Order: sequence, then C-alpha cells, then structure tokens
Amino acid sequence: MAIAHVSPGTSTHVQPERSGRKVPYLLMLPGLLWLAIFFIYPLINLAETSTKTRATTQETGAFVQTYRFANYIDAFIEYQDQFLRSFMYAFLATVLALAISYPLAYAIAFKSGRYKNILLILVVAPFFTSFLLRTIAWKQILGAEGPVVYVLRTLHLIGPDTTITASSFAVVMGLTYNFLPFMTLPIYASLDRIDPRLLEASGDLYSNGLTTFRKVTMPLSMPGVVAGTLLTFIPAAGDYINAAILGNPTTKMIGNVIDSRFFRIVDYPTAASLSFTLMAAILFLVVVYIRRSGTDELV
Amino acid sequence: MSRWFSRNLIRIYAALALIYLFIPVGYTMAFSFNDAGKRNINWQGFTLDNWKNPCGAPDICVALGNSLKIGFLSTFIATILGTMIAFALGRYKFRGRSATNLLIFLPMATPEIVMGASLLAMFVNMNVNTGFWTTVIAHIMFCISFVVVTVKARVASLDPKLEEAARDLYANEYETFRRVTFPLVLPGIAAAALLAFSLSFDDFIITNFNSGTITTFPKFIWISSIRGVPAQANVIGTAMFLIALTIVIAGQVVGNAKAKKRR
Repeated sequence: MAIAHVSPGTSTHVQPERSGRKVPYLLMLPGLLWLAIFFIYPLINLAETSTKTRATTQETGAFVQTYRFANYIDAFIEYQDQFLRSFMYAFLATVLALAISYPLAYAIAFKSGRYKNILLILVVAPFFTSFLLRTIAWKQILGAEGPVVYVLRTLHLIGPDTTITASSFAVVMGLTYNFLPFMTLPIYASLDRIDPRLLEASGDLYSNGLTTFRKVTMPLSMPGVVAGTLLTFIPAAGDYINAAILGNPTTKMIGNVIDSRFFRIVDYPTAASLSFTLMAAILFLVVVYIRRSGTDELV
Repeated sequence: MSRWFSRNLIRIYAALALIYLFIPVGYTMAFSFNDAGKRNINWQGFTLDNWKNPCGAPDICVALGNSLKIGFLSTFIATILGTMIAFALGRYKFRGRSATNLLIFLPMATPEIVMGASLLAMFVNMNVNTGFWTTVIAHIMFCISFVVVTVKARVASLDPKLEEAARDLYANEYETFRRVTFPLVLPGIAAAALLAFSLSFDDFIITNFNSGTITTFPKFIWISSIRGVPAQANVIGTAMFLIALTIVIAGQVVGNAKAKKRR
C-alpha cells in the first residue's frame, strides 16, 4: 500500500512519537480485543458446541461434549437440499445483481455529468428505509392482493390461481433487490478510478467503443466486480429473511434451518455444525473465486 | 428517435434500475398514509392519522426508542474503536499488519446468522441473560470493521505534504494531529458513523439472536408481520428515510461549499 511512505529518515524532522513502536498496537488494542472476545472467541465456542451431543437425562438445551464429528455429516446429509438451494439462490441473485448493477454503475461513473453525487445518494438511499419494511413491501406488491397480480390477471397473462410470491422466483428477486447497492458501489468505485486518458488512448489506437470497453474498461473494473459479487453472494447465501417472507416451505434456505434449530428446536450442536459448514463452504468458494479472478489485494 | 434511443440506452437502463430500487420505498411511503388500521395491506383511503400519531400502534415507540439508544451507543463506541484501528493501519508499518487486515475483513465475510448464533451460544454457555447490553455488544462487534474500512480509505488518501507543512511551521505532533490531520479525516469519520448507525438501526438477524426480550424496530416489524404491519411502522420507516437523506445531502452541500472556498 502506498500509505506507509512516511518512513523515518526521509524527513529531516525528528519524529520521536512516530518511531514509537508501541503506538499502532496501543491504538488497535481496544478494537481488536473487542473482536477477539465477541467475534473470534464465540466462533471457537461454536466449534466446540458443534461436536456436542444431547445429555441423556437433563432438560432440553443441555449438551455434553463427546467430540462427535459425525454431527457434521448427519447435519449435512439431512439438510443438503437447503444447502444446495442456498448456494443456487445466492448465485442467481449475484448474477442478476451484477447484470443490473454494472450498467447502472457505468452510467453513474461515465454518463451522469454533474448529477453524479445525487445519483450515488439515490443508490444508497433505499437503505435508509428498514430492509424488513422493503421486503414486506415486495411481498404485498407481488402478493395475491397486490397490483402486479391484479394487472396480470386482468390481462389474462396469468390464471386466476397463479401467484408470484411464495415461490423461488420471489425469493431470488428479493435477494437480488436487497443486496443491489453492495454490488453497485464497489463497481462504481473501480470504474470511477479509471484514468480517462486510458480510454482516450484506446480510441486513438482506433478501437471502437465496444473494443475499448472489452479491452480497457472491463479489465480495470474487475476488482470492483469481485468485491461486489462477494459482498452480494456472502450475505445472500446466509440470508433467511427473504425466504421467510417471500418464499414457501419448499424454498427454505440453510439460514432458515439454522434459525429454527436454534430457537424452536433448541438443538445447538446441529445449528453450530450447520453454521460452520456454511462458513467453510463460503470461505472455500471465496478463496477459489479470488484466486481465479486474480485479485489478491482484496484481503 | 432510434439513434437517440441507442445513444441513451445505458441511461435508460440505469433509470430503470433506480426505479426498481425505489419501488418498495415508494410503496412504504404511500402506505404510511393508508387509512387501514392494523392490517395495512390493501389501500383503504388517504389519511394523515398515522403521521399525527406515530406511536399509535402498541409498543412501536418502545421498540423505536430501543433501536435509537442501541444505535447511538454502538455507533459511538464502534466509531472510536474503528477509527483508532484505521489510523494504526493507515499510518504505521508494523508486524502483524496483514493479520490485522484479515481480522478486520473476517466479520464482513461471515454470514450474519453465523455471527449471531455464535455470540448467542457464548452468552448461553456463560449464563449471561441476553437483552439491551448484549445487543449493544453485538452491534459494536459488527460495526467496527465497516468503520475501519471507511476511515482507512480517508486516512490513506490524505496528502502527506499537508502534515509536513504543519511540522515545517513548528507544529508538534499533537498540534499537527488536532489542527491538520483530524479535521481532514473528519468527513470520513462522519461517513463511517452514519454507516454504523444505519447498519445498527436496520439490523435484524444478529439482534434477533442476542436481544432476548428487548424489542427493536426491525424486531417489532418482524413480529407484527405475522398479522400485518401497522401503518405507523411505515410512518417511522419513511421518517427515518427522509432524515437520513437530509443528513447525507446536507453533508454533500457543506462539503461542496468548503471545496469552493478552498479554491
């Protein structure tokens, strides 16, 4: 990174404080301690919980450590459909979000003139209404009593019993919608950073608009695309709100299972092993993806 | 006509994308004026009653109050902790830098449900009763990383010549920080705080795991959604939207004015 250029010795001034080696550690100590105690330690604790089994005599919620790693296999076999569905939905939502966001980000970066800042605010603004309210709004807009179904029925495009909500389509649409700004902003940021002289140079070398886009703009925007797809895919794969509001029992995602294992069935070991399997699968995909796209600077 | 269309194709596409983004916001706003009582699903006619009496639905303002308290507290603490880390990462070379970067990145790459579940499992194992403070703890935890990333970008983009100039004018380290560095980084800190507040205020998944019997505004919506969300929730959602938009636009205007002055 280009920030650490103020190396001691280049400046003629003496900077005793700056050379103090403890300063950065002291600055970071409280924040990192917080993350260690309330993020890392709980994960370790969850790992420990994941291999426990139900205590034979006690009330519900009592478990003993038996290092039963078969919990993972049992949980995965039982819920492989939900796993597969989660990754499928998250993948579809990511692709759709990319298809919507890239042209949007491109238009804001290159075609918006003095309205750039206003448009950027507009992209973020929907975030300020509660995301639950917006998801419920979609449920009602697309629902059986909503305007979309009414219009489609009046035009006889769908039958009187066809619905849009309570379907895979509605869940994927909800996921796409909810994480759209996460996709748009990083792509915009990397497009905005492109030096316009590079695009001019490409034009000077007789490439047309499409070739310039393919050979110059798109490769330079890849870091944003990678960041955006990750920021969309990861939360989408773990989400259960959209499936709960816009789906039906056959569109349950792995998040719904973890949630109900925790709260309704009080089966902490299964919930824990499912959480870890989800996290491991996501991290695996992320690492493969970052390797293949050749942008290591993200992490 | 067709040439105009093809030349503006991308603008039209972008406009459609923005409309898509705003459809449910517009719906939420419109239905804040719906004369529907508790079951705010079909349009029943225009009324201002919901706006005159936003606390009309039972418990909604208790939930809103909790969300605001939790939001301000966790934003305040997360912004301080995160800004300190951002300065350390943006300013110093030290051992363990990349490990720190990884530790900051990890919470953003972890699904919320895993964070929420693991924190709750820890509280359960430690026999801690979940409630207001466990929610604040959780919110600070997931906000820190976003603050670090936002402020670090600002620290990294600072022109080092400005600080050198301050030192050339015999400002000591403390004065340089207080009168040059900090004011320059402040917009980044403000943006980070706004982000942290909106993340905290809107969080449902982690809150649902760690808040015990305390209700927050998203939790209130979730619970009432089973029977129908009252129109007052739309009022509060709309009001929050307008307030946040005003703050962001005001920030832009102030920033532009300052930039003009400097020129």
